[in-house]
Amino acid sequence: MSIERQVIIIGSGPAGLTAALYAARANLKPLVIEGVEAGGQLMLTTTVENWPGYRDGIMGPDLMTELRAQAERFGAEIIQGDVSSVDLGERPFRLTVNGAHYAAQTLIVATGASAKWLDLGVDKKLSGRGVSTCATCDGYFFKGRPVAIVGGGDTAMEEAIYLAKLASQVTVIHRRDTLRASKVMQQKAMSTPNISFIWNTEVVDIKDPERGEVTSLVLLDTHTGERSELPVEGVFIAIGHVPNTKLFVGQLDMDANGYLKTSNGSRTNVPGVFAAGDVQDHVYRQAITAAGSGCMAAIDAERFLSGVAHADADEHAAATA
Amino acid sequence: MASELVKNLTDTDFDASVKNGVVLVDFWAEWCAPCRRLAPTVDQLAQEYNGRITVAKVNIDENPMVPSKFMIRGIPTLLLFKNGDLKETVVGIAAKDDLSKLLDKHLQ
Repeated sequence: MSIERQVIIIGSGPAGLTAALYAARANLKPLVIEGVEAGGQLMLTTTVENWPGYRDGIMGPDLMTELRAQAERFGAEIIQGDVSSVDLGERPFRLTVNGAHYAAQTLIVATGASAKWLDLGVDKKLSGRGVSTCATCDGYFFKGRPVAIVGGGDTAMEEAIYLAKLASQVTVIHRRDTLRASKVMQQKAMSTPNISFIWNTEVVDIKDPERGEVTSLVLLDTHTGERSELPVEGVFIAIGHVPNTKLFVGQLDMDANGYLKTSNGSRTNVPGVFAAGDVQDHVYRQAITAAGSGCMAAIDAERFLSGVAHADADEHAAATA
Repeated sequence: MASELVKNLTDTDFDASVKNGVVLVDFWAEWCAPCRRLAPTVDQLAQEYNGRITVAKVNIDENPMVPSKFMIRGIPTLLLFKNGDLKETVVGIAAKDDLSKLLDKHLQ
C-alpha cells in the first residue's frame, strides 16, 4: 500500500520549504520528506545577514523554524527520514522512506548540497576527533587551542571569524593566493588579530589517526613543492559542497559534478520532476536564490498538474509519432 | 515526548551507568543545532527499544569530564557501550534506520 500525493518535496532547506509553502497555498497538500539534515545548511550557520527583510540579520536556525511553521500553517505535512529509493520510470513516481512507500504525481527535488571533505581518507576517520565541517557545532571543543581552516570562500571566512573568538590561533590554509570570499568577509577576517593566512598551500595529510586525535597538518606549498608541518588540534574543512544527487543517478540528467540539470524554469528531463535550490545550482548558492527556485518549482508543479491530461496526450503523440 | 525514557547522565554517575547491557549515549549541548535535530531520533529509539537497551544523554557543558575522556571533539556524538566496553562511535547526524541496525547488531 502506498500513499499517493499530488506533490512530494524531498528536502527541507529554503528551497524545499518555500516549495512547500507555495504548493500548500495552491491547495496541493504537499508532503515534505525532510531528510536527516533537516533544515539544510542554514541550520549550521549563525547570523544570516543577507536574507531580505531582516535589517539586523536573523539566525539561520530561527529562519528555518519560521519557514517551516509558515509552510505548515498552510497545510504542508513534514515527515522525518531520508528517501532510500526513487523510481521515476512512470507516474505516479514511487519513493521509499524508512520502509514506507509513497507515490507522487509530481516530485520536487530540493536535496541540497553537503560539505565536501578533503578526500584524504584520514579526514573522515578523524571526523569528530578534531576534523570538522561545522565550526558552530564543534568550535567549543577548541577553546584556547590552535586550529586551522581549509578553504578561501565565504564559508571559510565565516568559520574563521567564529573560531577566532574561541581558539588561541586560527590559520587559514588556501590553495590559491587570493580569496574567493566576498570583500566584506575578507576584510573582517584579515582584521582579526588571531587569524593568519597560509597561501598556495594544500593539506596532504592529517596526523595522528593512530592516537585518534588531530595533532598536526602536513602541508604542501604548491609553488615550491616544499612540505611543512603545522601543529593544530582541530581542522575545519570549508572547501565547498557536493550536490546530494546519488539517489537520482541514471534517472535524472546531471552535469559532470552531479548537479541536476534544469531547463525552462525548474524542469528536469523527467516530466513532472522539478528541482530547486543548491541541488541544481552551483553558481549562486544563496538562501534567497534557493527559496526563489523553490517557489518556481511549486508553480511549475502546479501548472504541470493542471495540464496533466493535456501533457499526457502530447507525450503520447510524441511517442507514437 | 519520550524523553523521560532518556536518562541524563553526569560526570559522576557515567561509568556506573554504562556498565550493564547495551547503552546508547547521546552527547549534546543547548547551542548545538544538529543535536536538536538528532534528539527526536534518540527519543524514538528509546521508545522502540524500551526495556532492551538503556538510552542516555550527556550535556557536555555541564559534564566536561566524560567527553574529554572519550576524546569527543564534535557533537552530536553517539557512543554505544556493551557491558561497559565502548563498541561504536557515531559522529554527527545519523539516520534512525542506521542506528537501529547498529543496536540490533549488539543486541544479538
